[in-house]
Amino acid sequence: MYQFTIKPLFGTEEWELGSTGVNIAFTNSALWMMITTIVVIAFVQMGTKQQMIPGRWQVAVESLTSFIDNLVQSSIGAQGRKYIPYVFTLFIFILFGNLLGLLPLGVLGVHPFTFTSHFTVTGVLAVISFSIVLLVGFWKHGFKFFTLFVPHGTPIFMAPLIAVVEFISFMVRPFSLALRLFVAMMAGHILLEVLASFVVSGGLAGLGFGAIVSLPSMLLMIVICALELLVAGIQAYVFALLTALYINDAENLH
Amino acid sequence: MPQISQLAETFSSQIVWLLVFFAITYFIVGRGMVPRVMDTMDRRSKQIADDISAAHAAREQADKEEEAWRARENENRARAQALISEAKAEAAAKSEKKIAAAQKRLDKKLEEADERIAASRNDALEEIETVATDATQDIVARLAGIKVAKPAAKSAVKESLANG
Repeated sequence: MYQFTIKPLFGTEEWELGSTGVNIAFTNSALWMMITTIVVIAFVQMGTKQQMIPGRWQVAVESLTSFIDNLVQSSIGAQGRKYIPYVFTLFIFILFGNLLGLLPLGVLGVHPFTFTSHFTVTGVLAVISFSIVLLVGFWKHGFKFFTLFVPHGTPIFMAPLIAVVEFISFMVRPFSLALRLFVAMMAGHILLEVLASFVVSGGLAGLGFGAIVSLPSMLLMIVICALELLVAGIQAYVFALLTALYINDAENLH
Repeated sequence: MPQISQLAETFSSQIVWLLVFFAITYFIVGRGMVPRVMDTMDRRSKQIADDISAAHAAREQADKEEEAWRARENENRARAQALISEAKAEAAAKSEKKIAAAQKRLDKKLEEADERIAASRNDALEEIETVATDATQDIVARLAGIKVAKPAAKSAVKESLANG
């Protein structure tokens, strides 16, 4: 669990907002958010050369943007174009956060911190997405937005029940959004940690145990590392996709 | 689980710094760079579409020109064919005429030659008569010692020549 520990780097004591007692110390989590921001900016910057015949970095960035573009267009439609900056930022921020947290920098003595494995972080992102849905929904449709809870073709006598169920499922969205990412990232990291501890303790217990326990664990770790890279991408994709789908509800209301 | 055990002391820092860095990423990347990237892609796909349509137009134009060229070519060929056949006919007519003229000339020459031959033969015949008359007078004078008058000899020769 050590890898999930938040350690203040500086500003522990005096970094408080006014006299509210709200501490905003710059922690290792904040550091990795900063690194993610810098890496994302540096990466996307290479795609903005605006060449007609793109270089390889430009192709990489362009394929990512067109990927998000397709995602948004297919789930929201033509008027979804204005949400592309947000969905793209969400996607690439989570993706790079996940991937940077997987870097094997522990070998060098630097411990990467996966801020997406904290539900405070994923919760904030989910709340932002959910707020956008609410704002857009009420902005565009006013109180008609509540008809979202009564799907088309609902028999009138079923409407109250359906509305309650729909309302609950609607309100669960930010939690499911936040918990999904947090749990997926944390589970993967814990799994790798457990397997790594098997490798180490198996090796320490002698040659026989090393062969029986450490070697298979090591092989499994390699496979799961590949799986984690996949999960890092998929979770970022799922978060962006669900956000786009929820925005679609608000934008198009059925 | 540090996520829960550290929650009270760290949630404010987590939220604030996440908002700060997410906002930075949103405004610099999402708002600043992504539209430019997509603009580049739009311009590229537009240019590709333009190029393709231009190529289509060019091909259509080329097809049309080829069609026109083919039609013109066919026309030219037909005209050339007509010219050739006309020239052939003309030449044939001319040579026929020439041949006919030559034939006529040859015929005339042949006729003249025939006439000349006939004349020569008559002359020769007359010569023979004269010679034969002289010879007859001579032979009769020598054998019978009679002097035959020339007209009598001549008629006798004529008679015997006609019989002979």
